Amino acid sequence: MSMRKVYMDNNATTSAREEVVEAMLPYFSQIYGNASSIHQFGRSARTAVDSARQKVAALLGASSPEEIIFTAGGTESDNFAIKGVAAALRSKGNHIITSTIEHHAVLNTCKYLAKEGYDITFVGVDEYGVVKLDELRKAITDKTILITVMYANNEVGTVQPIEEIGKIAKEKGICFHTDAVQAVGKLPIDLKNADIDLLSMSGHKLYGPKGIGALYIKKGTKITPQMLGGHHEMGKRAGTENVSGMVGFGKACELAQKEMAIENKKLSDLRDYFYKGIISKIEEVRLNGHPEKRLPNTLNVGFRYLEGESIILNLDMEGVGVSTGSACTSGSLEPSHVLTAMGVDPADTQGSVRFSLGRDNNKEDVDYVLEILPPIIKRLRDMSPLYEAKKK
Amino acid sequence: MLFMEGQYSEKVMEHFRNPHNVGEIPDASGIGNVGNPVCGDIMRLYIKVDEKEVITDAKFKTFGCGAAIATSSMVTDLVKGKTIPEALKVSNHAVAEALGGLPKVKMHCSVLAEQALRSAIDDYIAKKKAKI
Repeated sequence: MSMRKVYMDNNATTSAREEVVEAMLPYFSQIYGNASSIHQFGRSARTAVDSARQKVAALLGASSPEEIIFTAGGTESDNFAIKGVAAALRSKGNHIITSTIEHHAVLNTCKYLAKEGYDITFVGVDEYGVVKLDELRKAITDKTILITVMYANNEVGTVQPIEEIGKIAKEKGICFHTDAVQAVGKLPIDLKNADIDLLSMSGHKLYGPKGIGALYIKKGTKITPQMLGGHHEMGKRAGTENVSGMVGFGKACELAQKEMAIENKKLSDLRDYFYKGIISKIEEVRLNGHPEKRLPNTLNVGFRYLEGESIILNLDMEGVGVSTGSACTSGSLEPSHVLTAMGVDPADTQGSVRFSLGRDNNKEDVDYVLEILPPIIKRLRDMSPLYEAKKK
Repeated sequence: MLFMEGQYSEKVMEHFRNPHNVGEIPDASGIGNVGNPVCGDIMRLYIKVDEKEVITDAKFKTFGCGAAIATSSMVTDLVKGKTIPEALKVSNHAVAEALGGLPKVKMHCSVLAEQALRSAIDDYIAKKKAKI
């Protein structure tokens, strides 16, 4: 019998859905024209691009499809939004506010701008990973040109008070960008009625293809293009259109819009069943992230006295794919910057594991993990000098 | 030696899957403690030394990543049967090499294993002196 395979790393990436792949296939060798060409070959590609843009706009509740600019993914969207606004508003000010728990696409872009003469304020979070609004308000100066705070955190799943931050930004006339890579497709978003000027998203987090994403730019937002060349994407992002990617992304958005409500209920039920199972079978665990205001699929659990990578490698040997909350596996030896910002004890941040469920997961998957996990934790704890010290 | 970024050798995985010498030695001749939870690794290494200065047994307990567990397993294997002067020559490179190499970012685990061994030997020497 072959080993059961369980993928629970959907915040890292998802599998492209069959419908998505099917929708994309004609756009490699049948409808291959350059969407910017005038002739019929180009025109059929253009039709597909327009339709995809409409589907993305519809999922976000954007006022117009022209507010959607396709990019190569979430990282490019974040770079474009932050560097683009920083450049466009340089004469107005040089201060940018962000949070301590952003994705590195935002954090490192802000750190780069700090070297270029911008002032960056990193606003802290509470124990659940929620950005402190009073701190954010106090950080605003007359030089503040941009606030960038993520919609929902990738590691612990905590959903941020985006509506409130948007209101604060609007009140002060400051541009507001949100990295919504984890939120789009998982949370209902209605940009027509939100005070959000820019929003980053990525195709492969919602069962679309990799290498495609988008930046929503509200009409009238001042932004300097970062990719220069032809007049693609309304003059905001040069480069021959990734037609198949856009079509797949559009299809994924269309499906997400249709199925989100049902899917979310299923995922949060499964996730809560999973956590109940963990706490009934394993002692000394902690839930990282907000107990309620959390992405429906995300479960970040800290197993005390252990280090995350050893848990993940053991799960991998049993066919289960998950990620660690600590960045140890990604080549950096620092504990997770998100858990550290939340004030989690260093000894506890090390043993954190992120289970991020997806539409393909079912109760049998969860039951399988609940069966193999307790002996793994026991074996590793028997090996841990910290656990031994605790018992004494 | 070439590595896929961040990937472990088969030998490392073998020692991680079935680590040798896990546990404690109640009447250890020397105990070494190194690391802290902030850096993500803690090793405790026990050695039993006979009157001829030969390490007859070695055991460990480790909190840490796959490489930390594998290097603990390997260093305890390597020193068993060695005399104290011989054991002092066991370097972190020897541990890493015996494991078929370590990813660059995990080399510090082999350093930690070497330090744990030195710390256990220092403890043994200090205890011996105290007895005299």
